[in-house]
Amino acid sequence: MKNNLEHSEAAAIFNKDVKRVDWHDETLWFVREKRDKAAHQIPEWELLREMASEIKNNVLSNIHDYLLEFESNAQKNGIVVHWAADAEEHNKIVHSIMEKHGVKQMVKSKSMLTEECHLNEYLSEKGIDVIDSDLGERIVQLRKEPPSHIVLPAIHLKKEDVSETFHEHLGTEKGNNDPQYLTEAARLHLRDTFLTRKVALTGVNFAIAETGEIVVCTNEGNADMGAHLADVHIACMGFEKIIPQRKHLSVFLRLLARSATGQPITTFSSHFKKPRDGKEMHIVIVDNGRTTQLGREDFRNSLKCIRCGACMNTCPVYRRSGGHSYHNAVAGPIGSILAPNLDMNKNADLPFASTLCGSCTNVCPVKIDIHDQLYKWRQVLVKEGHAPLGKTIAMNGMATVLANPMVFDLAGKVGRFVMKNIPVLVNNSLNPWYKQREMPAPPNESFREWYKKNGTEFNNKNNE
Amino acid sequence: MSSRTIILEKIKQNQPTATSVLPNLDILGLEAFDVLEKYKTVLKGIGGDFLEVKDYDAVIDFVKKNYALDKRIITTLPELSEIADTDWFNDEPHTLENVELTLIKAHFGVAENSALWVTDALLGQRVTAFITQYLAIVVHKKDIVATMHQGYDRIGDQEYGFGTFIAGPSKTADIEQSLVLGAHGARGLIVFIMD
Repeated sequence: MKNNLEHSEAAAIFNKDVKRVDWHDETLWFVREKRDKAAHQIPEWELLREMASEIKNNVLSNIHDYLLEFESNAQKNGIVVHWAADAEEHNKIVHSIMEKHGVKQMVKSKSMLTEECHLNEYLSEKGIDVIDSDLGERIVQLRKEPPSHIVLPAIHLKKEDVSETFHEHLGTEKGNNDPQYLTEAARLHLRDTFLTRKVALTGVNFAIAETGEIVVCTNEGNADMGAHLADVHIACMGFEKIIPQRKHLSVFLRLLARSATGQPITTFSSHFKKPRDGKEMHIVIVDNGRTTQLGREDFRNSLKCIRCGACMNTCPVYRRSGGHSYHNAVAGPIGSILAPNLDMNKNADLPFASTLCGSCTNVCPVKIDIHDQLYKWRQVLVKEGHAPLGKTIAMNGMATVLANPMVFDLAGKVGRFVMKNIPVLVNNSLNPWYKQREMPAPPNESFREWYKKNGTEFNNKNNE
Repeated sequence: MSSRTIILEKIKQNQPTATSVLPNLDILGLEAFDVLEKYKTVLKGIGGDFLEVKDYDAVIDFVKKNYALDKRIITTLPELSEIADTDWFNDEPHTLENVELTLIKAHFGVAENSALWVTDALLGQRVTAFITQYLAIVVHKKDIVATMHQGYDRIGDQEYGFGTFIAGPSKTADIEQSLVLGAHGARGLIVFIMD
């Protein structure tokens, strides 16, 4: 049994508040426009995308050796390297490091991998107090919600929502919606956290095989505040985060923030090579289905993703259905090609949550063929019997109609008659095409009827 | 078998058989623009500020005029010992929580995004650039390069335990996309661009 609503069901709930949907749509489009402005300032933008894609292709075809090279260099730098086959093992490793130090509290910076592995729930069941330190992450954590966007975790919330949440949990003044005031409250609350936690966990944006160092990018500086004050720094990464050489960062750091938020670079791009003197640093390298995706020729390109979120900001479906409707740690177009690999049954609906317009592919900084992969996933899922029953029946019906000209003709006549004379039969909530839009006015005759009457005359005229 | 062995075996089996070669990056970052002007414009655009100065005396004058000298000011630069502590390198990093202003130097800056490259050798303590309320960084004019490609050429195989590019003050836009400076790290960044 599925625990979650399907994407379309969840989107229908989100769509009930029309004003809020419009606001969500416009907010994300604003970010997408900032991305365009930033990209257009770089004359060689397209060349950069091509280079990034080529570097990532090289990574995919040599990833075994790069990982060994990375491991060996990281160890030489004094970092402890762990390998986790799946989410469960990843969580166990993190917990075992905490246990070894007898620590019950952790400060975390944003990591979509730990969301994917449901680390917070796991640790909290073991009695460990986890505090997310990215402002957006902290907001959704206090509300007991997952992030709705990989770069902008609280993009679905209005400042009034944040104000209420902070009033309840941090004791801020009721009804004070000023972002500056609210951010200051979070700053003070989290500063105390940073100063008292002995273990800090961060994600990894890039891991460099050549040097054994990792790079973490943030605007707030929260990853650094955590890692530089704690005795133990744990960094968790999917194995696809590896890049060959340090100099390749020049390409990815030019692309990442511009694609994500339209900034020329994140405020902090921190390179962690060695632990501080006398302190510990651990890196957990996670598989959790990635090896399987690597083996799927049609879908392995999804492992090139650098998690900028540009595909979400531009996606007309994401913008109008909200991140939570994707019931997956990574939402939007890229999430919809990653999720079926994790669990085909649970996520069979996601590749259908797309218009296949291709906008995601056009903005992807590493040139992942996202909309092609969405289309290919649909073929795979239908073949493997994951299409919803209603859709299967409808498709079979459609096939019969299209294969029989007489039936097609009759169906058209009935359709036009109904739309004209009994419109209530189509203009109702049972008809999915009526949602969010008006039905078109029916024509008086079909094209076939028109062509029978006028075709000869029309052709003759054209041939004159 | 360990997870490590299983993962690596599976990767070996599943990675593409045809090897893709690494592209040549030398053709990137060759666009021509006024490096200093670009640096200044971008820095302003991301919430930072700058002052062109001749020498460290000018920095000292500026700090005296613009910052509360009765609050804790620290530096890694011996030239600034008149206005800032220089004997905190071995302190417990948590004790830096009351620092109002930190003055450090950057190895170099990058014009296209106004980022400044600093490593632990210049930071004294890794956390200094983050825990301070305000941050000031000195960079020499001749050390500002055009793009990240020249930046990583400069880094080359430089040895460090920790290094970071800092571009502007700490910021967030997580509340309805309203830009707020001073999320967790420095609330303000001033760059002293020195001859």
